[in-house]
Amino acid sequence: MKKIWLASEFIILLALGMYIGLRTSDSKWAGVDESVVEKFAIEANRPPHEPLINIEHGDLPLLLFLLAGAAGGFAAGYSFRGLFPPKDKDERLLTGT
Amino acid sequence: MKSKDRSITVILVFTPLLVLLAVPAYAMHITEGILPAQWALLWFAVSAPFLFLGLRGLRGQQNPQLMPMVGLVGAAVFIISCMPIPVPAAGTCSHPCGTGIAAIFIGPLLTVVVSSIALLLQALFLAHGGLSTLGANLASMGIAGAFAGYGIFILVRRLTGRWWIAAFLCGLLSDWATYSVTSLQLAAALHGTASFGKFFLTVMLAFVPTQVPLGILEGFLCVGAYRFILTRRPELLKIFAVRKEDL
Repeated sequence: MKKIWLASEFIILLALGMYIGLRTSDSKWAGVDESVVEKFAIEANRPPHEPLINIEHGDLPLLLFLLAGAAGGFAAGYSFRGLFPPKDKDERLLTGT
Repeated sequence: MKSKDRSITVILVFTPLLVLLAVPAYAMHITEGILPAQWALLWFAVSAPFLFLGLRGLRGQQNPQLMPMVGLVGAAVFIISCMPIPVPAAGTCSHPCGTGIAAIFIGPLLTVVVSSIALLLQALFLAHGGLSTLGANLASMGIAGAFAGYGIFILVRRLTGRWWIAAFLCGLLSDWATYSVTSLQLAAALHGTASFGKFFLTVMLAFVPTQVPLGILEGFLCVGAYRFILTRRPELLKIFAVRKEDL
């Protein structure tokens, strides 16, 4: 129950922080690729080309975001489990962890 | 599962997952078409020997824990270098690089290899970076970031004996080294009739408001990751060290 409360508090604080941050800031939150790299490139008459595979079509980036979360977690978790195997039940009982 | 089967499974799982691991990214990667052909080729030539040595080192490794470690570090580099973090002080977003942390765990040459895979997949499938600028991006993130981070870690570890100072500076300076080399690459290719030095400083100063806080964040990330492994499985840190006494 305590964990649920903690998680709820964290979510509320996070949402509140995001709300206040985004309401009070008029920044565009552009990436430095746009605000620095491309800015200097355009000034030097070397504007970027369109990428080979342009993913900016409708909700495609959102889909890829979703896949990214699942796939990234799985890839890292799979490798992590190989390096840090969970303690077996008997060992946990012996060590009390 | 046998060790070899396990390694193959990790590769088979890791590779397509990296392809799918798409996050809209706002970053330092030099976008497709920005560098003139001769500069793009030069940076490919600079990066190629490091990549070759890294691949050769990977083939020579016999340790069964290598592939899971490379898989974990590779996933981390890919995720971290795609993760746009808003910097309120600057009103912009950028990402840490993760190559300093990676270099401590798997060495700088293997970090070049995982960075090249991450950058290639990002260029192909995420519209992030570019194929023509792959060599330049590998030189800044994979090579400069990894070797600067690793070098400073070893140096500070020997001088102070304190792992946390070494790890913090590794994360911090690997990030800054990456963006310094990106500034150098842009200045070299785009300065035109303007002074190279002035152009270089202008680009680098433009990165400062975003990268100073992000470098500090990367320093703390590095300390956290190092501490985790040091506490849980310190022997993993010794496997990939050049000299055991350094870790």
